[in-house]
Amino acid sequence: MPQTLFEKIWNRHVIVKRGENEALLHVDRNFVHEGSFHAFKALALDGRKVRKPRQTFATADHYVPTRNREQGLAAVTDPEMLHMLDLFEKNAKANGIENYFGLEHPQQGIVHVVGPELGITQPGLIITCGDSHTSTHGAFGAYAVGIGASQLKQILATQCLWQKKPKTLRVTVDGTAPAGVTAKDIVLAIIAKIGTAGGTGHAIEFAGEAIRALTMEGRLTVCNMAIEAGARSGMIAPDEKTYAYLAGREFTPRGLMWDKALLFWQSLPTDAGARFDREVTLDAATLAPMITWGTSPEEAISINAAVPDPAMASDADRRSHMEQALRYMDLAPGTPVDGLKIHRAFIGTCTNGRIEDLRAAAAVLKGRKSVVPAWVSPGSSTIKRQAEAEGLDKIFIAAGFDWRASGCSSCAAMNGDSVPAGERCASTSNRNFEGRQGKGARTHLMSPAMVAAAAVTGKLTDVRKLMQGA
Amino acid sequence: MQPFTRVTAVAAPLELANIDTDKIIPARFLRRLREPGYEKLAFHDIRYDADGKDRPDFVLNQAPYRNAKILVAGANFGCGSSREAAVYVMWDYGIRSVIAPSFGDIHYGNELQNGMLPVVLPDATCQKLRQQLREKPGAQITVDLETQTVTGPDGATHRFEIDPSHKERLLKGLDDIGLVMQNIKEIEAFEKKHHAELPWLA
Repeated sequence: MPQTLFEKIWNRHVIVKRGENEALLHVDRNFVHEGSFHAFKALALDGRKVRKPRQTFATADHYVPTRNREQGLAAVTDPEMLHMLDLFEKNAKANGIENYFGLEHPQQGIVHVVGPELGITQPGLIITCGDSHTSTHGAFGAYAVGIGASQLKQILATQCLWQKKPKTLRVTVDGTAPAGVTAKDIVLAIIAKIGTAGGTGHAIEFAGEAIRALTMEGRLTVCNMAIEAGARSGMIAPDEKTYAYLAGREFTPRGLMWDKALLFWQSLPTDAGARFDREVTLDAATLAPMITWGTSPEEAISINAAVPDPAMASDADRRSHMEQALRYMDLAPGTPVDGLKIHRAFIGTCTNGRIEDLRAAAAVLKGRKSVVPAWVSPGSSTIKRQAEAEGLDKIFIAAGFDWRASGCSSCAAMNGDSVPAGERCASTSNRNFEGRQGKGARTHLMSPAMVAAAAVTGKLTDVRKLMQGA
Repeated sequence: MQPFTRVTAVAAPLELANIDTDKIIPARFLRRLREPGYEKLAFHDIRYDADGKDRPDFVLNQAPYRNAKILVAGANFGCGSSREAAVYVMWDYGIRSVIAPSFGDIHYGNELQNGMLPVVLPDATCQKLRQQLREKPGAQITVDLETQTVTGPDGATHRFEIDPSHKERLLKGLDDIGLVMQNIKEIEAFEKKHHAELPWLA
């Protein structure tokens, strides 16, 4: 019987079944970060240790400072944050986790950026992490799921996970995306269409011409936000681009092992005729650069549209959410979003902190100046060095951006990089929830090029107006 | 884990849909250790004003609802981040069950892992329950896992669905880790075979 990519991975990892739909699954790769401390504590209270330290990978990202990093831990002034970083190192050491990319490691970075760039993330694997954006890794054709602290503790102790089998949803994006329309715009359009709970209980496979046309960086952006559609995971079938990206990375197989791995990877894509529980289609040719106006990622519209009217909402729950979002964001229905004044601009995160994202923003910023406070935090220390080798740092600095070190930074502002209350931030991150970037902060999500355009004009702007030749 | 069988308690209506886990506990508090006083962080930014005073418009600040052990919420409760601290703060506040038309996937699992019962009931039923709770502040609801029923303030009973294995684990207070360890032989055999087939992953 023809199988989907998801089914092939799921079936291969089942150790035992329980009833029709539940299985004990083998986990190939598990990532931890500073926020994993509850799980490590529970593990220690049980008198247990990490069962498979070689399959456990640790990166410091959520609490790392993005300024004064040359000072190491001394750059952390908040005692609670310092404790998080200190505890992380102690837990990694106590459990024999040698793949430890701590604050001062040259390959430190955001967990969902480091995994792919070091080749830890590979097709056909089951990957877990105590972070909802674990769906990112699915861009390589892996089943990657975010988990809570209790499940993380179980994985640390056993390298296995009990899970209910999700349903499958294929989102096919056909057509060619117009110039200025990026992976971020495509995924925001998908979420706007299916809703923030549209993928709940499902493993999404993104397919179609516009998805295949994306680079690995773009595919990571799309899968990263599968969780914002409520999905358990997002995935894209591996292809030549995937294999070319993986070749020669630190943790990818070599020589004969590579040949063996490649054969396995090539067997993974969804078979012709395989059935999905649901199908959704979009035409990329109809898309424009997207921004969010509200406080849920589904509240996303084209930059050429106006803030919608809650009176037009399809149901009472949505209407009340929209009304509250308008109050929080200080917006009125019918206001065109192009031209809306912003106060800050932020580029980075596991969604859009990769080299291609920095290049796209720099292309807009070159020869221009930001009129608002703005900063960049590259997705990893490796990307930071690469950007510096390409001279991108000079473009950002000349444009008035603060060129910072790598970490989660203002995505959730856990490290203190927060946006002041009442200020509007043009951001490349993934969530525009109330208070996400700081108490009272107002977040507008968009692509890196759109953030750059907003920074230099001081308002939400259609980046296509600033693109060369436009 | 504490077993969940049946809870009869004051229930509070939470009107908003999409109550994300950042709303249940803002990110800046996630570095706090789970110590006495942790419950004060629950729903922090919608519960207190800028000066740290109780916001009278937040339902759990209103006298009849203060001791609520059950919440009746809008759709997609607990969407967003995987933070299990969202369950810890609610548990420490005293919440034992959340009733909603739908839940964020990871949060739903996190509640189950901590002995809290997430109950899915149709949107219309949740709206009706919230209306009754607003009309009779301090009214009680019964959530019975054994019979899979919710009894509203008006005495009407609503049946809910839950996966049989989730139900069993909650009723017995079983923790997954014990269940996994029962299968250690199968796990070791699986790993041997898996890594023989895909040796670069060993």
